[in-house]
Amino acid sequence: MEQQGKGAISFVPATFTTMRHQLGKVGLCAVAFVMVQCGSSERQSSVTTLRIDGSSTVYPITEAVAEEFQKQHPDVRITIGVSGTGGGFKKFCNGEVHITNASRPIAPGEVSNCSGRGLHFIELPVAYDGLAVVVHPDNTWVDKLSLSELRRIWESAAQGKITNWNQVRPGFPDMKLQLFGPGTDSGTFEYFTEAVMGERGNSRGDYTASEDDNVLVQGVNANPGALGYFGIAYYLENHEKLKLVPIDDENEANGTAAVTPSEQTVQDGTYGPLARALYLYVRQEDTIPEIVNRFVDFYLEHVNTLAREVGYIPLQAELMELVKLRWQNKVSGTMYPDGKEVGTNLKEKLQGGT
Amino acid sequence: MEHYRRHALKQRLYDTLFQVVALAGLLFAVMVLMWLLYTVFEDGIGRLNKQFLTSFPSRRAEEAGILAGMVGSVLVVLLTIVIAVPLGIGAAIYLEEYGRKNWFSRFIELNIANLAGVPSIVYGLLGLGLFVRWMQLDRSLIAGALTLSLLIMPVIIISAREALRSVPPGIREASFAMGATRWQTIWHHLLPISFPSILTGIILAVSRAIGETAPLITIGALTFVTFLPDDLRSPFTILPIQIFNWISRPQAAFHENAAAGIIVLLCITLLLNATAIYLRNRFSR
Repeated sequence: MEQQGKGAISFVPATFTTMRHQLGKVGLCAVAFVMVQCGSSERQSSVTTLRIDGSSTVYPITEAVAEEFQKQHPDVRITIGVSGTGGGFKKFCNGEVHITNASRPIAPGEVSNCSGRGLHFIELPVAYDGLAVVVHPDNTWVDKLSLSELRRIWESAAQGKITNWNQVRPGFPDMKLQLFGPGTDSGTFEYFTEAVMGERGNSRGDYTASEDDNVLVQGVNANPGALGYFGIAYYLENHEKLKLVPIDDENEANGTAAVTPSEQTVQDGTYGPLARALYLYVRQEDTIPEIVNRFVDFYLEHVNTLAREVGYIPLQAELMELVKLRWQNKVSGTMYPDGKEVGTNLKEKLQGGT
Repeated sequence: MEHYRRHALKQRLYDTLFQVVALAGLLFAVMVLMWLLYTVFEDGIGRLNKQFLTSFPSRRAEEAGILAGMVGSVLVVLLTIVIAVPLGIGAAIYLEEYGRKNWFSRFIELNIANLAGVPSIVYGLLGLGLFVRWMQLDRSLIAGALTLSLLIMPVIIISAREALRSVPPGIREASFAMGATRWQTIWHHLLPISFPSILTGIILAVSRAIGETAPLITIGALTFVTFLPDDLRSPFTILPIQIFNWISRPQAAFHENAAAGIIVLLCITLLLNATAIYLRNRFSR
């Protein structure tokens, strides 16, 4: 005890001067830093910042457009956040962002939330995304799946009951069914459940869920009895690890054969309910800021090329013309008053709105 | 005699057994870490070049870079240190040296201990309500730093109090006996002695702060930023968000970027820790 006390005392005088110097320096630096920073905050108003937020699915497209736009307009600052479609609408209706990305149409509740704050919007479809249903590459028995078979597998009533491939269709082997899909927060989940079960969020819960689609790819690849669904871009990048399942939408008017997702079948609507459009929502104002105007013009001009480059399916040229018209006329409001996109025809919607 | 020998043998066996178990535990931890480092370096080292360190996000993986995330993370952490360390140490000094021990101080103590265990997302929501909305700091660098400061403050307070408490009471008494005031005792004796231990607490807290993602996403850290923050109100992004964005992309080239981003994050953490350790050794000489 005595020893310890002595030792401690002897080293105090040696350090305390340096200590005080150091602490003083650190403190001074901190104060200086804050003052310099505060002084510079007046500069910000001279720089224009275009704020965008929303869906992670649409993000790669908007990122590509923003990247190209900034090459031509280095004086403009663009920021993009990824809060998801729902989170994006919240910020949008709060007036925090100029534009929000969405992988589904705005829901009625979100519309009233926006208009309740006097905020209006212009809804612009910018590309398509197909949902791929995939199985393990060695799976020999699945040649196609119908929507009702998908429903039997995925509906909430199937939880704990449909656990084997031989329960899906007579003739399928006795093999454990292992399911992989996106988490319940994702727009892909919302769209798939609405398209297949007819009700948003109706899904069994006993499947392997991940917000990261690469995890789903690995999961399906590692399990011979696996079945999963996710955006088509992830299938295209991993096509040698997966087997794509053609879908029979059981709609005679659409042709009777099962359909594989491709640019063609997604665009002409034969891939049916598992193809969806992706949207941009732009804040409607009496005078839309010049920067927003120029960005959206640029977006619609180049999105078809850029969307393909980042793995999405572009709108047909004639539809893009309708979208541009919609933007030029600044058509306010949504084409989906009930928030339901499944089973609708984008072209008819666009023609009805312009 | 025989009995004793058998007993000693048994004890020696236990001793060896325990040593093996402890060694196995160490090896397991180290091997998991090594494996992690190996896979990350194997994937990412090829991408780690000047272009990667000086570029902004891009749709083309080979043109994308980490600059915005790197600078954002470093600035947020530096600001967090500037805010949280003086406040945390100050609070610890008050509680340890000035505050009376009554029900109120026990209440505060209990709360601080609890706060250290609150999930970080809760701090994110608090920061969103308090700094972003109420103080109208917007989704800015300073709002992020203030939120992280709240997050790491309990850890700093607790470790600083431990450090102050471990100063031998003889030093306080000697100082008072020489006629020093409380302030003089704290500034000239207690703080210098306990500073190395306080730094250890700060290292742990800051390492946690630099890897935190959830509260900053809640605050509104962005994904696509092609400029560096030029003031405290500037929008920003951080390394973990960039890494997560790249990992969740379908293209394998982006996954390499993510691995390279992880290496950068590890290096920054290492650098911060090394600085702190250097300071600690300097002051404890």
